[in-house]
Amino acid sequence: MHIPDGFVSLPVNLIDAGISLSFLTYSMKKISKYENSKQKIPLVSVFAAFIFAAQMLNFPVAGGTSGHLLGGFLASLIVGPWYSFLLMSIVLILQCFSFADGGVIALGSNIFNMALIGGVFTYYIYLTVKKLLKIKDFNVVSVAFFSWFSVVLSAFFCSLELVLSGTSKASVVFPAMLSIHALIGIGEAIITVSVVGVFYKFLPKSFVNLKNEI
Amino acid sequence: MKFKDLDYKKVIVIIFLLSIFLAVFLSPFASSFPDGLEKVAERNGFIIKERDMNFFSMFKDYNFKFIKNDFFSIGFSGLIGTILVFGLTYFVLRLIIRK
Repeated sequence: MHIPDGFVSLPVNLIDAGISLSFLTYSMKKISKYENSKQKIPLVSVFAAFIFAAQMLNFPVAGGTSGHLLGGFLASLIVGPWYSFLLMSIVLILQCFSFADGGVIALGSNIFNMALIGGVFTYYIYLTVKKLLKIKDFNVVSVAFFSWFSVVLSAFFCSLELVLSGTSKASVVFPAMLSIHALIGIGEAIITVSVVGVFYKFLPKSFVNLKNEI
Repeated sequence: MKFKDLDYKKVIVIIFLLSIFLAVFLSPFASSFPDGLEKVAERNGFIIKERDMNFFSMFKDYNFKFIKNDFFSIGFSGLIGTILVFGLTYFVLRLIIRK
């Protein structure tokens, strides 16, 4: 869902970039105040590398289209939402400048859609629902649903940006984007459940964000 | 949060090696179909609005321009990218976290 340059208008890009930058500053402040954060540096760094690698693995979905893991929600589950936001932003920044994956002017929008909405925002909705329905930690159904939802919600905001930019009509782009990403989201759910499962089952409990660090 | 030193280091190394494996040896087999957004753009005619502003990219579309063979080229890009992402995240976190 990396938006190239030219799809989203400059004003929309600038608003997204402003929001992303504010949250980037906020996430850094937040991280600097966590306890035992020094011990977590290698885990967060290696998880960033893992997300980058996993994002390279496009899988085919229907009709000659492919999708790949976004990983923001997955990262929130493992390392917490603000580490997730920071690592996703770093992945997107490097993808943009080194690999021409996602536009330069559109970088703020890509961080907004995939790191903030897909990673952090979805995670907070997940936490709220989890609390309300008294769902257990790492319940498979809720992890699967919200990882799927993170992709669909990112696609929703991506479509909104396209419409606000006058690139495409709402009646066209919303159904098209949401339906294809509802399929891609199934891949996201399968990968997220598998990775979280491995972390939760086989690693010491300190490896997952069990305290729902916020 | 307490980590047992050995376990922790081992796990980090395993995840790192797994990431390298995915990026180097599996990525050349990834689907080259357009992604969801590209496909929607193609079908609805706004793909022509795409502008290339990524002037500094050494590895355009995960290809290293000095390696002609696609397989090696993508794998090499994956290797560099995985190491870069690890290194940059580590560096940024070290700057932020001083405790």
